Amino acid sequence: MRYGGFSTLLYKEVLRFWKVGSQTVGAPVLTALLYLLIFSHVMEGHVKVHGVIYTAFLIPGLVMMSVLQNAFANSSSSLIQSKVTGNIVFVLLPPISYLEFFAAYVLASVVRGLVVGAGVLFATFWFAPLTFAEPWWILVFALMGGAILGSLGVIAGIWADKFDQLAAFQNFLIMPLTFLSGVFYSINSLPLFWQQVSHWNPVFYMIDGFRHGFFGVSDASPWLSLAVVSSCLAVLTTFTLNLLKRGYKLRA
Amino acid sequence: MSAAIRIQQVSKRFGNVQALDGIDLEVQRGEFFGLLGPNGAGKTTLISALAGLVRADAGSLSVMGHNVQSDYRAARRHLGVVPQELVFDPFFTVRESLKIQSGYFGIGDNESWIDEILENLGLTSKANANMRMLSGGMKRRVLVAQALVHRPPVIVLDEPTAGVDVELRQTLWHFIRRLNEAGHTIVLTTHYLEEAENLCTRIAMLKAGRVVALDTTANLLRRFSVHSLRLRTDGVMPADLTRGGAENGGWWSLPFDGFDEVEPLLARIRDAGCTINDLEIGKPDLEEVFVRVMQGHPQGQLN
Ligand SMILES: Nc1ncnc2c1ncn2[C@@H]1O[C@H](COP(=O)(O)OP(=O)(O)OP(=O)(O)O)[C@@H](O)[C@H]1O
Ligand SMILES: [Mg+2]
Repeated sequence: MRYGGFSTLLYKEVLRFWKVGSQTVGAPVLTALLYLLIFSHVMEGHVKVHGVIYTAFLIPGLVMMSVLQNAFANSSSSLIQSKVTGNIVFVLLPPISYLEFFAAYVLASVVRGLVVGAGVLFATFWFAPLTFAEPWWILVFALMGGAILGSLGVIAGIWADKFDQLAAFQNFLIMPLTFLSGVFYSINSLPLFWQQVSHWNPVFYMIDGFRHGFFGVSDASPWLSLAVVSSCLAVLTTFTLNLLKRGYKLRA
Repeated sequence: MSAAIRIQQVSKRFGNVQALDGIDLEVQRGEFFGLLGPNGAGKTTLISALAGLVRADAGSLSVMGHNVQSDYRAARRHLGVVPQELVFDPFFTVRESLKIQSGYFGIGDNESWIDEILENLGLTSKANANMRMLSGGMKRRVLVAQALVHRPPVIVLDEPTAGVDVELRQTLWHFIRRLNEAGHTIVLTTHYLEEAENLCTRIAMLKAGRVVALDTTANLLRRFSVHSLRLRTDGVMPADLTRGGAENGGWWSLPFDGFDEVEPLLARIRDAGCTINDLEIGKPDLEEVFVRVMQGHPQGQLN
């Protein structure tokens, strides 16, 4: 391991969640597994999506939802804990630039997202025939989705002064965005109005593009999804870097 | 050679509190410097501005010649801060905390120095204990250790002895003194004035964000404080003597400037028919200086 502000902070952030892996990895994998058991039991045999049996369709959605939610949880909870307990000074006192700070927190979020995502995939792929038609899309959308939610987590963690504010951010923004994004269904099955609403939800493109990697078919073109998701990432990165550069709520 | 710390015209406002109001201060290399002042005087804010935790509204600060804003990497590498608040990361052990802190400063293999710090702060047996399991005083020691991992030439301790036992104080001061003798510049804030008096060669006193006194400890003691003759007597003390003194629980305290005044004083008391039952010499102390300065004693304006 090369020592420096960035690599050490990344290492520390990964170690932090790994040390409590049963909560940070085990629990979300179990949750996703429960979703799969319940939904596939209720829906199986009733619907096929894009010619794919429902359980197989559901698995990539659950995997990606877990990647996204856990990427958000990692940076946001680490930052709010450090702020509330005051140990954020350990990161603010050393010569760590705002770029290194950003990169380390976001990358650690991506790692957590991928670890949980891999766990969910491993726990669920026994339940249905799954293909990996265009695997690079899987990787691209997992990485970018994780980075976007990790970035949102940095924003939320810095903005929130208390745990309940963070919970509000999570419950009123992150959860609706991830649930109403086609994790459990194809948006083509929705009424027209809700289809249009879904097209404004960037998380829809993350999940749709991710799923395309498995089945080679999707609601939207993966290139459109890539364009939307990478624009989102660019905007959020710029915004977050600007917050950090100004020292917003971190350096009074 | 640049000063260890240079603070020029630094101001900082929080809402309607002027926490720092045009601070000018220079600490030379190798000094053991005391930063004193009542609660809310601005000590922590000044230290935070130096460490980059707080951004000054005006003025400039530098550490070993490195501006804390424009050259923050070098400034922070040269500075070690022990924060006032007892903070720790509950996820890690003592040793992990110190290794991670070293890494933040770009130091990979720091084992021997970490061992030395642990040894000197009496932490060796706790090295592999989780931070959560440590007592308050032990956590304070780790906080000191964390500030030292990168061997900073300038070390700032913000009330490091608040609520810690005698043993740690002695261990801590012994270690910090040794670091000072080895050339490290030390800045200390404390509300234990005796501590400051014994350790610091120069002292600044802050009040409401301003420097209200700045001098060597010896000069401050000389200028603001005097010796006093403290005694208990039978009989009535001569009125002209007691006018300048004070009585407390049967003890009279009579100020004097030079020791040649002591004999005449005692003679006057004897001549007045008083018998001296108990007697001691009160030495000037920093507490008295502090109180006088904070009461806005005229000399308090001197620098
Ligand atoms: N982040 C902040 N937001 C608002 N006000 C603040 C903040 N930090 C400090 N203050 C105010 O600035 C003033 C100076 O506080 P500071 O902590 O620097 O004092 P201090 O000299 O360290 O006191 P103490 O001896 O109690 O530690 C106080 O009035 C304090 O309330
Ligand atoms: Mg303070």
